[in-house]
Amino acid sequence: MGTISATLIRAGRRFLSSLPALFGVLVFTFLLMRVLPGDPAVFFASGPSAGKEEIEIVRKQLGLDRSLPEQLGIYLYDVGRGNLGRSMMTGQPVARDLRQRLPASLELTLTALVIALIAAVPLGVLAALRPNSLIDHGVRLFCSLGVCVPTFVSGLLLIYVFYYLLGLAPDPTGRIDIFASVPPARTGFLMVDFLLAGDFEGWWAAARQLMLPALTMALFVIAPLARITRASMLVSLGSDFVRTARSIGLSRWQIVVTYALRNAMLPVITIAGIVFSTMLGANVLVEKVFSWPGVASYALDALLVSDYAPVQGFVLLMASIFVVVNLLVDVLYGIADPRATVA
Amino acid sequence: MMSPLLEIDNLGVTFSTRRGLVEALRGVSLSLQPGEMLGLVGESGSGKSVTGFAVTGLLDKAGRITAGRVKFKGQDITRASGAELRNLHGANMAMIFQNPRAALNPIRAVGAQISDAILSHRRLSKQEARSEALKLLHAVQIRDPERRLDAYPHELSGGMCQRVMIAIAISCNPSLLIADEPTTGLDVTTQKVVMDLLARVVAERGMTTILITHDLGLAAHYCRRVVVMEQGRLVEEGAPQTLFRAPQHAYTKRLVASSPTATSRVGDLVPADQAPSVVEVKERPTPAPGTPPLLDVQHIVKRFDDGAAAVADFSMTMTAGESVGLVGESGSGKSTTARMICRLIDPSEGDILFDGYSIAKLPARDFHRSSLRKEIQIVFQDPHESLNPRFTAFDCIAHPLLRLAGLRPGDALRSRVEECADRVGLPRELLSRFPHQLSGGQKARIGIARAIACRPRLLVLDEPTAALDVSVQAVVLQLLDRLRREDNLAFLFVSHDLNVVRMMCSRTIVLRAGGIVEQGESLALFTNPQTDYTRELIEAIPHIGSPASLLPA
Repeated sequence: MGTISATLIRAGRRFLSSLPALFGVLVFTFLLMRVLPGDPAVFFASGPSAGKEEIEIVRKQLGLDRSLPEQLGIYLYDVGRGNLGRSMMTGQPVARDLRQRLPASLELTLTALVIALIAAVPLGVLAALRPNSLIDHGVRLFCSLGVCVPTFVSGLLLIYVFYYLLGLAPDPTGRIDIFASVPPARTGFLMVDFLLAGDFEGWWAAARQLMLPALTMALFVIAPLARITRASMLVSLGSDFVRTARSIGLSRWQIVVTYALRNAMLPVITIAGIVFSTMLGANVLVEKVFSWPGVASYALDALLVSDYAPVQGFVLLMASIFVVVNLLVDVLYGIADPRATVA
Repeated sequence: MMSPLLEIDNLGVTFSTRRGLVEALRGVSLSLQPGEMLGLVGESGSGKSVTGFAVTGLLDKAGRITAGRVKFKGQDITRASGAELRNLHGANMAMIFQNPRAALNPIRAVGAQISDAILSHRRLSKQEARSEALKLLHAVQIRDPERRLDAYPHELSGGMCQRVMIAIAISCNPSLLIADEPTTGLDVTTQKVVMDLLARVVAERGMTTILITHDLGLAAHYCRRVVVMEQGRLVEEGAPQTLFRAPQHAYTKRLVASSPTATSRVGDLVPADQAPSVVEVKERPTPAPGTPPLLDVQHIVKRFDDGAAAVADFSMTMTAGESVGLVGESGSGKSTTARMICRLIDPSEGDILFDGYSIAKLPARDFHRSSLRKEIQIVFQDPHESLNPRFTAFDCIAHPLLRLAGLRPGDALRSRVEECADRVGLPRELLSRFPHQLSGGQKARIGIARAIACRPRLLVLDEPTAALDVSVQAVVLQLLDRLRREDNLAFLFVSHDLNVVRMMCSRTIVLRAGGIVEQGESLALFTNPQTDYTRELIEAIPHIGSPASLLPA
């Protein structure tokens, strides 16, 4: 079909035009890490009593004795070959660390986004159908609370209620009970791996483990999604084509869903893309509260000990994900809106 | 006599707005016989559209029926419930709206939208509905209907979208069809085709129709009976020939007088007692031979990025004080040409000489620094959109004086602005108001005052009255004509309204697809067009009636 190929061409063009930005992110993070206070050589020398000579040796091993441009050149060369360096903290290559932890973050964030969308879109639609009614005000209150309460507070509250008081949720520690058997890691997504292994009991355990942190994150992003749904739904409902739909006697469901909501979804797609990218990087609080082994908490730990390579790797990963998500939004937009391919 | 299909009895509608309750309809009574086509005419705010929406139960949430009754096929539908209305809509009554492209769902294929309408009232399979939709597209004469079924509204022209809208409206054979300004915004030739089609379709199917329009000519041409509305009331009713030939009510008289026709003159548009005082104007002497023309456009071309030419090889000359009309349908390149001449965009090729100086080479971006900027000024189409909403009327008029004429804030500026306001007939006490506090006609006056503030020699008018009601248009046209005579201004008048151009311009250029089709003295060109295209354009204009009917006694 013409529209699909046009969408793909557009997406490809977008991708190419985002490469310079990625490169900029790479250089900027590199420089930023060098400017921030803290000396990794001191930190990673055997201990606080390490002598000057020992520190110098570590510094040489790390290549920190060279000039900045030289370091940058080496770094870029390595990144170009897919080598993100080695983490001093874990002693593993950064790429491998990230590969292990990214699925955990993605699984959590995706689940949270799905929960948020499932909650936010109907809420927004309900609020738009009866503007300034009790429902509208209720949704507004709920959204305000969701944004006002910090995630670590809402997370702890949820733990208190569902784990401590009600005992419905499992211990909020990590992706799965430490004594449970882990399925062979094929995708890294536990939910998928359990299904592939045919272990439904394990799947259920992992899902239960996932629920509270995902809910905590979702609560925080329901607000922007519900607000944008309400706003664009109001525009849609007031538009000429909805009046046309009413004038020919379409059913209420068809007017609201097929005519108004499908048009109103276009800005929601854009916002959902932005929300997803932000959540992935910014959910470090949730990861910390629930001891979730994700990339954001990994990067934070590395940052605290001046471990350059993981932080740089993390920022690069986030920037790439941002680009990919934007591409995805573009493609979705092209499918959802036939006019997008013309512009 | 058959029993009427629709009876409206003393209908009153009130809108609750931020400024309190507004009465939109005050006791409207009407009845419609089956098969009739009734014209509902009036200016904006007259309540003609509100009548349509009140009958079909499609009023905004802010609008409420406060009095009276609507009876449809003998049944009271004034306060019909949602379910009752759903059964009425589409199957019994349908509407056609202004701005067809916005009235269609932008992300749904037009075939699917027609099918939606069919499926909501008839028990058919999707396949049957689709073939039914195809038949309807045939009926509204859409070329290549099989392919158009899967087209989206943005892929169709405005006229095509309106045909699709008609197809949707007639899909369930309603007995009442309300067409609300169905051809406003369409080209005059497209208007004729669409209206002829609509008239034929409703006649074939025996539908009763209400045609809501601001265009008296359109109503006269297609309706047997016309109702004139003003401020929510019916003021006069009758057959168009008698009604427009011998209007009884003062408002109808004014409306008829201000509607430009094939023979009207600018001076006749407004009754004498309301016309601005005529200033004695002495005719200027013709310039000495050898002086360069005021404007000399030489073979300008405008190409877009993809290489397609919006304007191909356009040339013209104008002398000081001359008025030239630029007419054509949308896409003919008339606005592009005007913008190149007033240096808002750059021509791809060719030269423009103003007063003998070449101005085409100076990029449009930098032209505001040229000393000739204040010689060439522009009046824009939409009087509202073209005013800065955060500028008062005073600021709007003072702006060019500050930027181009080098005036500084102070008494001199104030007196110049007030002088401009006086000249365009804008009361001085309105100068401190913001655009949203002013009416359309007042905003149009500000736009004109701003354009003449620096005493230009060439005024480019891009559809200056297209967004105005006819009575306001009449006053604005008179004002423009007077200013032109007083200042020996040259007008380049861009318009799709041939009657307006004929009145305002001594010479007319007809454009089509970026090229000049025909040009000449307006009178000769309009009475005796040389090309088929111009003839087609002229013949497509609906007329009120014979010339004798135009001048109220």
